[in-house]
Amino acid sequence: MPIATASQTIGPYWHLLDEKNWADLTRFGVAGEKIRLIGSVADGDGLPITDGCVELWQADPRAADNFVGFGRCATDGDGNFHFTTIKPGPVPGRGNAQQAPHLAITILARGLLKALVTRAYFAGEKLNETDPLLSSIGDPARRQTLIAKPVGDGTWRMEIRLQGEGETVFLEL
Amino acid sequence: MTATPHDPVPFRPYVAGTQPDYDTPSYLSTHKRHPERKLARLPHTITETSGPRFSPTHFSPCADIAKTDGHEAMGERIIVEGRVVDEDGRPVPETMIEIWQANAAGRYNHERDQHDAPLDPHFRGTGRVFTDREGRYRYTTIKPGAYPWRNHQNAWRPNHIHYSLFGPGFATRLVTQMYFPGDPLLALDPVFNCVPDEVARNRLIASFDLEITQPEYALGYRFDVVLRGRGETPFEQREGS
Repeated sequence: MPIATASQTIGPYWHLLDEKNWADLTRFGVAGEKIRLIGSVADGDGLPITDGCVELWQADPRAADNFVGFGRCATDGDGNFHFTTIKPGPVPGRGNAQQAPHLAITILARGLLKALVTRAYFAGEKLNETDPLLSSIGDPARRQTLIAKPVGDGTWRMEIRLQGEGETVFLEL
Repeated sequence: MTATPHDPVPFRPYVAGTQPDYDTPSYLSTHKRHPERKLARLPHTITETSGPRFSPTHFSPCADIAKTDGHEAMGERIIVEGRVVDEDGRPVPETMIEIWQANAAGRYNHERDQHDAPLDPHFRGTGRVFTDREGRYRYTTIKPGAYPWRNHQNAWRPNHIHYSLFGPGFATRLVTQMYFPGDPLLALDPVFNCVPDEVARNRLIASFDLEITQPEYALGYRFDVVLRGRGETPFEQREGS
């Protein structure tokens, strides 16, 4: 039986693929509540990751011809990324659980031999309290690394720290 | 949590030793970029088992990287062909593959690549192909050159083509590199050697294939990619939840 092919780093030159409009998931004309997710990615010294690839996937609203549900954004000189998308609703969890609205985030970069995966939840959502993943993280400070904060005007912000103080909770899929 | 029959079928865990570790000291850039905390285990939900579907309408294919605006790039023209299958050997149909690479001289068409090697105005170095119903893909390019990097004294990356694949779910996303057989730099390369399992590592090397080779035109290489397979049943959960 074949086994899954090994991962390798995306390297520093992946921008050859980069198309700026991929950061806007609404570009094909989907209806819904438009939001922006902005943030930054930093390394173990707190220095910005300036050559990173941040990807976003959401299972809700359901992917369709005018909504791929997938976005990609290169981090800039300050390690910042930004997406425009439609606010997701709750989706089923395993068993009878309900998951709070969330965006799945993938980080690829030079120095990452395989993708790092995390999630962005939305501060203030009632379902956050019972979400299976959030509930599984005992340390409230660590849980907060998964929660984007509103900064006004339909914009949500999250800081991603790959290592060290305030290290983001990353997921083993 | 009790599993129910409508739970999505999870993808299988990776086989131990077949994937690199985040913390790989021989590859210096991992030092400050690997997480130190244990990853949180997440039983797959619809977020992980579903994934984007890219249609060639919105994401236009480009299967001939060896030409730009009708002009041939410099270098050794090659054809790369292969199949994308899952761990059960089932084809992964109609999935998008992105490819990018250095030119024949070992230089990327990228502002941050400062290697003193010529750029080729007729080589951009990116392509996008979709697998067919049997999981097959094919593209034409030129063989990328080796290039120096600063990981250690006299460090050179072996010839390679970068691959980005999606597969059926968010959890099947794969970014990897395809290498060439017989490359003396492979034994010295920390990125290639970060995969502990030798068999898994060597599967990153394409094989020369005379069947793919087109007479009077281009050498052919075969590179098959395996994406994670699904678990047997919805109830067989590795987390035991």
